[in-house]
Amino acid sequence: MAFSSGEELIRLCEAEGISISEAMLRAEVERGKQNREEVLDFARKTLEVMRKSYQEPLEKPVKSIGGIMNGEGHKLAQRLKNGENLCGPLVTKAIAYSMSVMEQNSAMGCVVAAPTAGSSGVMPGVFFAMQEERGLSDDELIKGFLCAGAVGYLYMRNASVAGAEAGCQAEIGAASAMTAAAVVEMCGGTPAQALSASAISISNLLGLVCDPIAGLVQYPCQMRNAMGASNALTCAEIVLSGTMGIVPFDEMLDTMYKIGKDMPSSLRETALGGCAATPTGCKWRNKIFGSKESKDGKESKE
Amino acid sequence: MPDIGLFDVIGPWMVGPSSSHTAGACRMASTALKIFGKEPEEVKFTLYGSFAETYRGHGSDKALLGGVMGFDTFDIRIRDSFELAEKRGLKYRFIEDHETKTAHPNTVRIELIADGGESRLVTTAVSIGGGKIKIIRLDEVDVNFTGEFPTLILKHCNVPGVISYFTGILSDYSVNISSMRCYAEPDGKTSYSIIESEQPIGSEIIKDIRSNKLILNSILIQ
Ligand code: SF4
Repeated sequence: MAFSSGEELIRLCEAEGISISEAMLRAEVERGKQNREEVLDFARKTLEVMRKSYQEPLEKPVKSIGGIMNGEGHKLAQRLKNGENLCGPLVTKAIAYSMSVMEQNSAMGCVVAAPTAGSSGVMPGVFFAMQEERGLSDDELIKGFLCAGAVGYLYMRNASVAGAEAGCQAEIGAASAMTAAAVVEMCGGTPAQALSASAISISNLLGLVCDPIAGLVQYPCQMRNAMGASNALTCAEIVLSGTMGIVPFDEMLDTMYKIGKDMPSSLRETALGGCAATPTGCKWRNKIFGSKESKDGKESKE
Repeated sequence: MPDIGLFDVIGPWMVGPSSSHTAGACRMASTALKIFGKEPEEVKFTLYGSFAETYRGHGSDKALLGGVMGFDTFDIRIRDSFELAEKRGLKYRFIEDHETKTAHPNTVRIELIADGGESRLVTTAVSIGGGKIKIIRLDEVDVNFTGEFPTLILKHCNVPGVISYFTGILSDYSVNISSMRCYAEPDGKTSYSIIESEQPIGSEIIKDIRSNKLILNSILIQ
C-alpha cells in the first residue's frame, strides 16, 4: 500500500490533490490483483449485497437464533413512517437499517463483514440512510466505500478489528471510524477532515468492551451497531462544522489498541464479563445453550 | 506485513452470524473438500475449544456441512444444510471434544470418507478470524497453508533430489513459487511438499510432475 498511517495518507492526498477514496482505489490497483474497473465493479456488487442485507429483514422481520432479536429495525422504520421519531429521518433510518442488518446476520442471512460480521450494520445503515435523505448516487456511495476501506485498512494494519483481541472499541469502533470518514468525504469534506472525524469517533468509543450475551453476536451487538452509526454521523457533523479534534488519527488508533491489549480477557469476546455476565445475560445463555451449573457461580462473580 | 486488500477490509460476503465461526467454518470445510477432490459419502466433524462450546449458536454446524457440499460463505443454502445433506445422502456427525486442548481455540477436525470407506482424508483446520482459515494438519502430517492461493500439495518419497526435480519443472513452466514448505511423515519415508503460487498451476504441469515414480500423489487447490 502507498500509505501505512493516517499521516501518510493525508500527505499523499494533499501532494496529489486527490481524495482518500482515490488514494485507496489507486493503492488497491497497485496491489496488482484487479484493475481499476474490476475494483469498482466488485465494490458496486458488494454495495448491492449490503443493500439487500438491510432491506430483507425490514420487509420480512425474522427471529434470530436463540430469539434475542426479532424485528427491531422494522419497528424503528414503522415509527418513522408514523412521523413519531425523535432523531430526524437521517439518524432514525441509519439506526433502523443498521439494526436490521444485524437481524439478517443473526438469522443466517447474507451480510458483508464491514469490517466484521458483528459490526456489519454500521456502514450500510449510514450509507443507505444518506442515499435516501441526501440524494446520493451509487457512485457517490462507492467513493464513501473506498474511503471507509482506507480507514479500515489502517485499523487492520496498525491495530486490530477483532473484539477478541481489543474489545468492541476495535470492532464497532472500526466500523464507526470508517463510516465517519466516509460521510465526511461524501459530504465534500477534505481528507484531513475525514480522518479527524475518524479520530473523534475512535475517542468516543475508547474502552468499549466486547461482551456478547451467550457468546452470540446479538446483544449488545445490535444496539452497538445503532450507536456506531449515530456516532459516525455525529463525528462527521462536528468536523464539517469546522471543529477538528486535537489528537490525530494515528495516535488515537494507537491508544485504542493499547487499551485493548490491557483489557482482561473476560471483556474480549469470551462472554465471561460485561453484559454477558449480568444475571440476565447468564439467564439468556442458559436458555439458549442449556444451563451449565458448575461454571455459572464462578462466572457471574468475575 | 500481511497483505491486506480493500475487500479483506470490507468483505467477505457471508451468511451470518460470525466471520470466524460461520464464514470461517464454511471455508475450513470447503477447503477440506477441495483437498479431498471428490464428493464425500460421509463426514465427521470434531469440534474443539470455542467451536465445541458455541457452534450451535453460530450455525457453525450448518456452515461446516455446507462447506463440504461446496457452498461458498455467502450461499444462503447454508441455512438448510441439514436437509440438503440428507437429500444428497451425505451422512454427517458432529463430535464435541471439550477435553482435548488445542493450540488455537477455533479448531475443527474434518474427516471425509468416500468410495465406501476406500478414500479417507483427515484435515485439521483453524479459523483465525475475519473468515480467514489455515489448514494445520493433513492426515498425520503437520502443515500450514491457507488454500487462498493456488496450492500444490505433493506427497513424495523422502529421498535426495525430489524437491529439485519438481521445482525444476515448475520453473520450466515459469510458475513462480511464492512459498514452499516440506514436512516429513513420522515414518521418515514419505514427505509432503506444499507449494503456493500467485499464478494458476495448469494440469499439464501436474502430469509432468506425476510422471516420476518418486511422486506418490498430488493435490491441486485453486
Ligand atoms: S460486543 Fe463483541 S461481538 Fe458484539 S459487536 Fe461488539 S465486538 Fe462484536
